[in-house]
Amino acid sequence: MQRIGVFVCWCGSNIAATVDVKAVAEALGKQPGVVVSKDYQYMCSASGQNLIREAIRDSRLDAVVICACSPHMHEATFRKCVSAEGMNPYMLEIANIREQDSWVHKDRKAATEKAISLGTAAIAKVQLNAPLFESPNPVTKRALVIGGGIAGMQTALDIAEAGFKVDIVEQKPTIGGKMAQLDKTFPTLDCSSCIVTPKMVDVGANENITIYSYSEVEKVSGFIGSFHATIKQKPRYVDATKCTGCGLCTTKCPSKRNLNEFNMNLNMRPAIYIPFAQAVPLVATLDPTACIHFKTGKCGLCQKVCEAGAIDYDQQPTYIEQDYGAIVLATGYNQIKPTKFDEYLYNNSPDVVTSLEFERMMSASGPTAGDLRVPSTGKRPRNIVFIQCVGSRGKDTCREKPYCSKVCCMYTAKHTILVKDHWPEVDCTVFYIDVRTPGKNFDEFYRRAVEEYGVHYIKGMVGKVEQGDGCLKVQASDLLNNRQIHMNADLVVLAAAVEPDPSARHLGTMLTASMDTNDFFSEAHAKLRPVESPTAGIYLAGMCQGPKDIPETVAQASAAASKVIGLLSKDHLMSNPCIAHSDPTLCNGCSQCTNVCAYGAISYQDQMVVYKGVRETRRVAVVNEAVCQGCGACTVTCPSGAMDLRGFANNQIMAEVDAICN
Amino acid sequence: MAIDRETIVQISGSNPRLCMKCGKCSGTCPAYDKMEYHPHQFVDMVDRGDVEPLLHSQSLYLCLSCMACVERCPRNVAPGKFIEAVRLAVVRQQNMDHLIPEEIPGMLNEDLPQQAIVTAFRKYKK
Repeated sequence: MQRIGVFVCWCGSNIAATVDVKAVAEALGKQPGVVVSKDYQYMCSASGQNLIREAIRDSRLDAVVICACSPHMHEATFRKCVSAEGMNPYMLEIANIREQDSWVHKDRKAATEKAISLGTAAIAKVQLNAPLFESPNPVTKRALVIGGGIAGMQTALDIAEAGFKVDIVEQKPTIGGKMAQLDKTFPTLDCSSCIVTPKMVDVGANENITIYSYSEVEKVSGFIGSFHATIKQKPRYVDATKCTGCGLCTTKCPSKRNLNEFNMNLNMRPAIYIPFAQAVPLVATLDPTACIHFKTGKCGLCQKVCEAGAIDYDQQPTYIEQDYGAIVLATGYNQIKPTKFDEYLYNNSPDVVTSLEFERMMSASGPTAGDLRVPSTGKRPRNIVFIQCVGSRGKDTCREKPYCSKVCCMYTAKHTILVKDHWPEVDCTVFYIDVRTPGKNFDEFYRRAVEEYGVHYIKGMVGKVEQGDGCLKVQASDLLNNRQIHMNADLVVLAAAVEPDPSARHLGTMLTASMDTNDFFSEAHAKLRPVESPTAGIYLAGMCQGPKDIPETVAQASAAASKVIGLLSKDHLMSNPCIAHSDPTLCNGCSQCTNVCAYGAISYQDQMVVYKGVRETRRVAVVNEAVCQGCGACTVTCPSGAMDLRGFANNQIMAEVDAICN
Repeated sequence: MAIDRETIVQISGSNPRLCMKCGKCSGTCPAYDKMEYHPHQFVDMVDRGDVEPLLHSQSLYLCLSCMACVERCPRNVAPGKFIEAVRLAVVRQQNMDHLIPEEIPGMLNEDLPQQAIVTAFRKYKK
């Protein structure tokens, strides 16, 4: 029998206030095999750990049971502690008497009984523990960044700077993301293009970075340190190695009436196009749904004029296979189309626009070269109404998001200041619920809009926008004055909610990177691990994890990069030894384990099996130990009990259940 | 039965605590200028238990029951339901669950549709 030591932690008052820790230590001390049983105020502290180490030494312990917080919290701490005394770290068991006991119960007597019960189960399990050994797996020193916006670019640059190879996969024809579409940035009003395009050039020129633009991640398998990805490069019908980006094809293309996505569909582009002059890579992309050659087989003008001979109507998708050690998700966001808000007339009037559309209307590289005009009349607007929180902070899930989109208060203040700077005579009115400006120099910026520029901020929502005679009629409430306002507006700008890019959901499923109910990627810990996914080896940067502005995005991107660099600097990662293994004498070859394995870790082999004196070749399950993550799905699926999990063996689980039931 | 916060909340089937005080209900209300208490005030006053002034207010009968505030409320608070609940509670003060026909003429307002009746019918017709 093992010589077991039991250590009951008070966790200050977290456990001790609800559980009689002395009684627990005393009761567990009487269990078979237990030679030491102690309680202490903070078992995880240096003196608590010394207590454990002394007991291992003095009482020659073979195994340790710690009754404390969740193993998620301190299993690693205590494993390290027992290893320091030469004990195998897998001879440690933790009974969670905090999250699963003291925190959820009020009755001291019942909670104490439950703690004893949980401790008894852990003792029963540890009796059956055997030493397990971690094995080293090599780390592929290359990172995959999905998304080429400011988050993806910053992450890639930081990783590349540390000397590792990085691949960026971007679904659009160019990197740059939303930031390339913005006119100015708050609260400094520096030109967005002027700070993002040099970054794009840096990314394009960095020899450690490969950009796969107009591409998607098709498939990912593997695990931390050893992912394998298939990247699909969509055909752009232009040979990117030959195209010089001269743009001649785009000027000659006769199919000119196609919505320009870069300008938020506010103007038209040809069928063959370069999204904007500073695109990286600076290569034309042909839209086959708009191209006359693809529709009728005729035209071919772009091919005739292209001096580089880059146009290739027969281009097929290409697939790139690559190994990676780490993956960074930087898939970004979109602004919702407020088409379900009939009261704001977005569907019916060209003069009601979203703020991202307004951003293009104000931009020097936009459809009007930054000359702000009312879309329906072409005149300068006399007054503009800005409506906040459209589709944010709502309960109606079919058209609203429950969260605050975070950036709208600030970009609206920016819009009003930009308008007032160019055309002081234009009247700007902002209808708000709350003005949220936490951030360095943010509130000062918003106050400037009010104090220096005379922007009218009215607390209250707009109830409806109607088409008036030559202008829009806005009806709103002014809560501070307890009155209803009726006013005319030439232009209405909706601060529509942000939402994660739709590509995130598919990626989340493929990578088993968990998401919240709004399809934002979840972080491993809301406070302490904000740039990591709970799935090892997957990191998060930017809006795909939650609404955030550019400085926060850049900070998170660099943080994710530092995590990746830390990982890629290692030559090997120690693998988790708590993985599945199959007993060939019991396996009946039914394949059910293969079907449930989320990691593709189980294959079938023909093996010579000797069972009860009979030698025969059987088709049996074999677990790839490098790929298995120890989730245990196969062990509960296996009908013949051949599959078992080291560290969580079927007989150990049964021993725990027996201990609790007795 | 005393008409208090709980009574109104129960009749309305809605939760005033969901309100984020954006004022969209009052921004959208077509009868706003006629009303003494406006839709957003109904929600706040009911939530604070300040129901008494509402019981005696003409606003009850000036609400058109157009339900625009219910439709557009981003928080699913449905201010119109509170107005209707107060209206209904006032009608029920007669210890009966229906209108007394003889009293209807006294409740009518020549300028407006007879909303108290219209909404009562709407409520009872199923």
